[in-house]
Amino acid sequence: MSDRPRVEAQNLTASYHGKPAIREVSLSFQANQVHALIGPSGCGKSTFLRTINRMHELTPGATVEGSVLVDGKDIYTSGINPMHLRRHVGMVFQKPTPFPTMSIFDNVAAGLKILPRSERPLAEVVEEALRGAALWDEVKDRLNKSALSLSGGQQQRLCIARTLAPGPTVILLDEPTSALDPTATQRIEELLYKLKSKYTIVIVTHNMQQAARLSDTTSFFYLGELIEHADTKSLFTTPQKERTEAYVTGKFG
Amino acid sequence: MNEPESNVAPPKGEPHGFQDLSGTNVGDIVFKTVLILGALLIPVLLGFLVWELVDGSRLAIQEYGLGFLTSSTWDPVAEEFGALPLIFGTLLSSLLALLIAVPLSLGVAVFLTEFAPARIRSPIAFLLELLAAIPSVVYGLWGIFVLIPFLRATIFPFLQGTLGFLPFFSGPIYGPSMLAAAVILAIMVMPYIMSVSREVLLAVPASQREAAIALGATRWEAVTTAVIPSARSGIIGAIILGLGRALGETMAVTMVIGNTHELAASLFAPGYTMAAVVANEFTEASTDIHFAALTYVALALFVVTLAVNAFARLLVWRVTQKASGSGGGR
Repeated sequence: MSDRPRVEAQNLTASYHGKPAIREVSLSFQANQVHALIGPSGCGKSTFLRTINRMHELTPGATVEGSVLVDGKDIYTSGINPMHLRRHVGMVFQKPTPFPTMSIFDNVAAGLKILPRSERPLAEVVEEALRGAALWDEVKDRLNKSALSLSGGQQQRLCIARTLAPGPTVILLDEPTSALDPTATQRIEELLYKLKSKYTIVIVTHNMQQAARLSDTTSFFYLGELIEHADTKSLFTTPQKERTEAYVTGKFG
Repeated sequence: MNEPESNVAPPKGEPHGFQDLSGTNVGDIVFKTVLILGALLIPVLLGFLVWELVDGSRLAIQEYGLGFLTSSTWDPVAEEFGALPLIFGTLLSSLLALLIAVPLSLGVAVFLTEFAPARIRSPIAFLLELLAAIPSVVYGLWGIFVLIPFLRATIFPFLQGTLGFLPFFSGPIYGPSMLAAAVILAIMVMPYIMSVSREVLLAVPASQREAAIALGATRWEAVTTAVIPSARSGIIGAIILGLGRALGETMAVTMVIGNTHELAASLFAPGYTMAAVVANEFTEASTDIHFAALTYVALALFVVTLAVNAFARLLVWRVTQKASGSGGGR
């Protein structure tokens, strides 16, 4: 076992039109754990998440300084192809985003079809991804139906399956349950808990109970700065910084 | 002034009366009636139009029957009339126009929504939409003085040199021709197809693009896998709009198509369209049967346009049905 972190940010500053959204963040995530990013709206946690798969730079005027290492490699050096990086670092969004014109099967296969070099049969990979996302039993008899025929929670698990299919090692989730009802939320949480045995999971959440239930480490962001990063348990029970304590006890937010 | 407002303060001892809430709103009734009359006007007008066309062409219908649509003689002196070259010309020129205009318009729309620098997006879209405001007679003049000489000198000889073995590109080159009409029509329908497709592409949520990009897609792959499929039915709608415009266009076409009642395989040969013949010959029709034949052509144009639009709408409907889950979904 190497203890090199799977994802490591070093002095990372990410800006929009010269205005930093996060400043000088240094943070590392170990493999096979769930890492939660919490903080009030606009604190930069989503921006930080989007620097890990280089989605941040798609926003016009967005720039990055510092570095992000994934498996020890700096993803902001010139040799890195962001398209290939995003197959290793998958992302799931706040609202379920199935492709509305595609069937369930085609949605899961979408990422594989873009780069058709898998030796394994497509159907096999799709089934594995759907099983991985705990959706297979619900959809195996209607793979050709439109993805829109699924409920919101199922759509979000479909998006997780779609993210799993290209075979990532890191999965980023940006408030994946904030558009879902409590039952669907619980299923996603159970799923993420299972997935951490194979993947490194970074989740942005507004919901402190979710962070406490789910994650191994938690990072608290405030006004673009990383205030505190610790084991989830110690961050919630014995926070070192006043700001953190005020936030986790609900004094502001 | 001296009449006190009765319901400001209810009299003591009495509950709030519901009579205060009753009464009808006259403005609402008037408005509703006007709207209903306006809405009824359209089917009534349509009915009159059809009746007028059928009535006006009765003489020709009795004389030639449906054979009118398959005969290709047009001889006002001998009183022989057949509309096949006209129907052929209308459909072919519009189809060719779409073949030219659709890829170009979609390319421009995709470029403007996905790839162009933000600063030039609106100015270019605005300029392209201005093209729709140019009167068709101006397009026709431009066709005669600029487009036809250019096509005759460069494009047509090139096509004949490379693809001359095909019947479509053989035969003498005059200038005014089916292909010239198709090119003019393509330029005229492009602004419509472009601007409607652009709006439809803009309406695709950004989350769809992001979802594709997060899977490792390039910008271009995101467009082809996520954006265009979502916009599919709207894009077909845009093409139908362009087609409707092309089928009915009269002035620009008649100025460049050559106005000859002939069925020719070559696209360099002159042709005629239904709209053009009605516009050209209506004022000169001296016999009742000539007049009736022209009205019959107008009726045929009406039916063809209606049929093409109905077919296209059916297509859109089927595409959207497919997209929204082939039944069984919730």
